Amino acid sequence: MDTSEDILQQSSPDLVRGPDTTRAAKAARLSPSFISWLQAGPMMLVFLAFFLIPLVFVVIVSFWDYNEYQLLPAFSGRGYTDTFEGCIAQLPDLCTIGRTYVKTLKLCVMVWAITLFIGFWVAYFLAFHVKSKTWQMGLSLLCTIPFWTSNVIRMIAWIPLLGRNGLVNSGLVKSGLINQPLEWLLFSEFSVVLALVHLFTFFMVVPIFNSMVRIDKSLIEAAYDAGATGFQTLVNVIIPLAKPGIVIGSIFVITIVMGDFITIGVMGGQQIASAGKIIETRVNALQFPAAAANAVILLIITFLIITMMSRIVDIKKEL
Amino acid sequence: MTEGRPRSFYVLAIFFAAYVLFLYGPMIAIYVLSFQGPQGGLTFPMNGVSTFWLQKLFQGTGIVDLGAAFRRSLLLGIIVMAVTVVLSVAAGMAFRRKFKAQSILFYSAIASLIVPSIITSLGISLEFRIIDDLIKAHWNENFETSMGLLTSGLGAHLTWTLPFGLLIMFAIFNRFDPRLEEAARDLGATPWQAFRHVVLPIILPSVIGIGLFGFTLSWDELARSSQAIGAVNTLPLDLQGLTTTVTNPDIYALGTIISAVSFAVITLALGTIHMLNKRQAAKGSDAGKGLV
Repeated sequence: MDTSEDILQQSSPDLVRGPDTTRAAKAARLSPSFISWLQAGPMMLVFLAFFLIPLVFVVIVSFWDYNEYQLLPAFSGRGYTDTFEGCIAQLPDLCTIGRTYVKTLKLCVMVWAITLFIGFWVAYFLAFHVKSKTWQMGLSLLCTIPFWTSNVIRMIAWIPLLGRNGLVNSGLVKSGLINQPLEWLLFSEFSVVLALVHLFTFFMVVPIFNSMVRIDKSLIEAAYDAGATGFQTLVNVIIPLAKPGIVIGSIFVITIVMGDFITIGVMGGQQIASAGKIIETRVNALQFPAAAANAVILLIITFLIITMMSRIVDIKKEL
Repeated sequence: MTEGRPRSFYVLAIFFAAYVLFLYGPMIAIYVLSFQGPQGGLTFPMNGVSTFWLQKLFQGTGIVDLGAAFRRSLLLGIIVMAVTVVLSVAAGMAFRRKFKAQSILFYSAIASLIVPSIITSLGISLEFRIIDDLIKAHWNENFETSMGLLTSGLGAHLTWTLPFGLLIMFAIFNRFDPRLEEAARDLGATPWQAFRHVVLPIILPSVIGIGLFGFTLSWDELARSSQAIGAVNTLPLDLQGLTTTVTNPDIYALGTIISAVSFAVITLALGTIHMLNKRQAAKGSDAGKGLV
């Protein structure tokens, strides 16, 4: 991209005029790769200092020892043995960590299935049924705005609706469908799933919508012309072409739910265990190596899930 | 495909409307409930209408030191926004040509986005604890901590906002015509001039979008702050702390105030983007007008 200027400068330096000539000469002397480093370096440094090195520390500390109140920097597998305590003795029953992961995965699958269903059809509507660009922009924005507002507020927003005396319960009681308020609406697994779907369907809608708008409309017309029914077009044309978006959205939703501890904490009334919640509990007890060991386990499982899913699609190509 | 609207349009339109209602309904409920009368409870029906609970927050007689947390969150949000915009635009420019470590940066950003927040947060807190211990052991025994709002807190927020900034830059440059910039250079612009007078004006609306993501994501950030923010709390952390002891509508009032800031920023950003787009459409071509 610099070539035109370089050639210009070499062939007839007088052509590059103006008060900036010296600066231009200086800039031209900087090699392109040096400029790239200057441009990308700061962001790389932030990721290095606040993401990559911290991850390394998580792994290191997971092998340290600890007592009631501090870290002891000496090699120990205690973080892991404490975590898996009783796992072999209790076989064939699951130990605490096993049960927690099964529970987290169950939540994951439920939230994934629901967000995929909602996200797919919302994206489908926006991509194929909304014809005007202005409307498409406006409606996409309508779906995005909540993402820019606070998650906690969007969680507590369910309290007046789902609580014991909330709108749903009082409505159901008044209509005579139930005699007394349902207790499982709030601070339950139900409310956790509901809140997670409410918060994170956005992460499904965006990538699926992105894949769908890139689908050449003439392909769909060709399918119809060739006699395909709407359902056949959906299954054989649209879904395969929207697959990258579906996979990326699924990765987002699954990793968020796997590591979530806030939604599960707030909406589960701090009563439901999850993979993320264990880490928080250990940190609050100042058992950092155990927290780190749990973080490593969570990281490995998340990584495995992502690897399996990205087998289906090359993420880098799709962005 | 076929003339008129197919039946599926109406079915999906209703589905979409239901989704939007699902998104906004609960939020609107708490905005309304924060105007409960002084005797009002946590749920409908409204027991009179007043600004009692909002006033209570501002008087500082309520549940948290709202003012201090508010200022901290605002300060952090603005700094995160500025850093996110500058670093994302710079890195986005770098990605327009090949450079070594390109894929390292790309995968770091993606990983930072999808590695569970609690792990990043824990890692940062461990990192700073270890730095503290080193300082205490080797330099200064009385050293307190290097963790804080603008050190570990800022870093934690950036690991969340920068990937969004970078992805938005990718989207911008995917549909950016590099010939415009080449033309500028052919006309004798320095690389900086080409960026300042050609590239930046064209991408400015999207850059404001990056700023919008930067501020709002930081303003509402919770999971990454949880372990890495240090001794003081941000506004969302205070709010989260209150959820375990909800007894009266002041928690809704706090939620409404936090949301009001979000909506003010969203409106400001979208308004500016709209204005810039309109101006670009009107005066986009300056053919024949000479150098700016």
